[in-house]
Amino acid sequence: MKTIRLGSIAAVTAVSALLLAGCAANEEPTDPEVPSLSGTLNGSGASSQGKAQDAWRAGFQTANQAVTVNYDGGGSGAGRDAFAAGSVDFAGSDRAFKTSEIQDKTFVGCAADSGLVELPLYISPIAIAFKLEGINSINLDAETLAKIFSGQVTKWNDPAIASQNAGVTLPDLAITYVFRGENSGTTENFVDYLKKAAPNAWTWDVSGDWPEELKSQGEAASETSGVVTAISGGEGYIGYLDASRAGDLGTVALKVGDSYTPFSPAAAAAVVDDSSLESGRTSGDLAFTINRSTTKAGAYPLILISYLVGCETYVDPAKGELVKAYFSHMASEAGQQAAADNAGSAPISSSLRAQVEATIALIK
Amino acid sequence: MNKDQKQQDFRRSDRIFARLAKVAGSLILVALAAVALFLIFEGVPGMLADPDTTSIFRGKSFWEYAWPLVFGTMWAAFLALLFAVPVSLGIALFITHYAPRKIANGLGYVIDLLAAVPSVVFGLWGILVLAPAVQPFYAWLFDNLHWIPFFAGERVSGTGRTILTAALVLAVMILPIITAITREIFLQTPRLHEEAAVALGATRWEMIRMAVLPFGRSGIISAAMLGLGRALGETMAVAMVLSATGAVTINLLTSNNPSTIAANIALQFPEAYGMNVNVLIATGLILFIVTFLVNAAARWIVNRRAEFSGAN
Repeated sequence: MKTIRLGSIAAVTAVSALLLAGCAANEEPTDPEVPSLSGTLNGSGASSQGKAQDAWRAGFQTANQAVTVNYDGGGSGAGRDAFAAGSVDFAGSDRAFKTSEIQDKTFVGCAADSGLVELPLYISPIAIAFKLEGINSINLDAETLAKIFSGQVTKWNDPAIASQNAGVTLPDLAITYVFRGENSGTTENFVDYLKKAAPNAWTWDVSGDWPEELKSQGEAASETSGVVTAISGGEGYIGYLDASRAGDLGTVALKVGDSYTPFSPAAAAAVVDDSSLESGRTSGDLAFTINRSTTKAGAYPLILISYLVGCETYVDPAKGELVKAYFSHMASEAGQQAAADNAGSAPISSSLRAQVEATIALIK
Repeated sequence: MNKDQKQQDFRRSDRIFARLAKVAGSLILVALAAVALFLIFEGVPGMLADPDTTSIFRGKSFWEYAWPLVFGTMWAAFLALLFAVPVSLGIALFITHYAPRKIANGLGYVIDLLAAVPSVVFGLWGILVLAPAVQPFYAWLFDNLHWIPFFAGERVSGTGRTILTAALVLAVMILPIITAITREIFLQTPRLHEEAAVALGATRWEMIRMAVLPFGRSGIISAAMLGLGRALGETMAVAMVLSATGAVTINLLTSNNPSTIAANIALQFPEAYGMNVNVLIATGLILFIVTFLVNAAARWIVNRRAEFSGAN
């Protein structure tokens, strides 16, 4: 097992290091200041935060000319494995390590008594997008959404939908839902939302894989781009996807409290502030339990948090220093704004930033 | 330099070349063995994995997990072959026996060009062009021929991303290899056989049936098997086009389709970890064995038929 993982990861890292080293060397020096940091930082993991990582890497390498940062967006699972095996210095993951995993695994790159640092630095709303001629937005509560995605509501003009959308002419058309065919953090967060916000209508387990019994009723698509293509191609199709990719498709405003909230970065950040930290974790481990059933006005609880994972104490202090600087850059106001511009994510609020900065201070 | 020395030099270069050829020959065996060993060592633990602790199984056993994939792989490849072989034979016969020489050359070149198109491009074409184009036709088939099991199902796919579309894309992809080989075989039909048939009063079609096709039979079969091999292993095009829900069904027009082994590995690998990786590699081992069996069967058929072909 270990042999191939290490081999392939080493190969990928080596290749990307070569490629990226080329990029970094080509950039014009803009800062005359002598850089205090130098070295190479390797990360891998979630593809969801890949675009944000591009923005962060560019910003960080411009400010620190002697540092090269690589990020391989090969998937959360691969990133967590690579981080545990010590072949990368940090990981991006669509979920935090489970406490059981933290206990069972040895993290090769971390000092023996070191805890993990997990930071919610990439917050992205998940949109429910649909294609219906002439309709740009509809209102739905979690209950109806769960019924649509489990094949219990099958027509667009079903009373359950119509009653929430007075004034919208809904067609007598079959609903086909699109789900991700492969294991995906977007699916896991969407299902988690349905399970927590509509526990009566959604009885399936929370997992990155779409429930097996429901597969035959929907249409499978691979990756976010596959979902976009499927929805755009089929009248009456509906699916969930990273909000930055919803484009021209119609989107759903979710019922939160007594009103309907469309997705927006601000609404996504608001729900994180309304959520609490998972209990039973070390002080550096900012794993959130997202408050999916929030009733706070203006919050949009259908979000994905992608974490940045590092060690509290690195075996190699030089790595610790680099990771610390890079994480600080990501958490900074400029860093979060760059990610928002490049990837459509939601910048973290200032209260969360204070929490994150205190945690980053632990890294050495 | 005297004659003896020259001869010695020749002998030496001969020896060196023979050795190089031997190295090249054994290299392919080494590569094959390396892949086979990798699949066995990493895959067998996946086959024996505990269904309760391996998340990818979701409570099923390995064989319950692998069976729909094996079915989907064979089914898609079979459909592709069904579409591609008749068309390929037609193209090959047209090029060799019907078309004027100028057109024949140009057409052969275009067919070979088709083989150079990357499968990702075929996938994009399948999902963005072919699927929407055939969807209305699917809807018609579904509405009017619903009583045929192939066209049955709960609901016709609204996007056309079905196994039939995937098989059509695969068929286009394996066309060039089947055409190229059958074309070469047909060109080798002994001139005397053809002339004898014509002299006996055969029309051109009868001549092809009596002289060309029997002579080329073994070649046609091995061409089809090579095409089948490519269809079995094709990854990207299927992964992009197919709405794979893991069902075992012969319905061709719904969103509910079996996945294929190669596409499933490509889609699931990025998020796989721990034992799940071994399970995926184990399905790869099964694909390896299936492909090996298909090729062995083709060899066997070709060898058995060789003595009856028109060549002797």
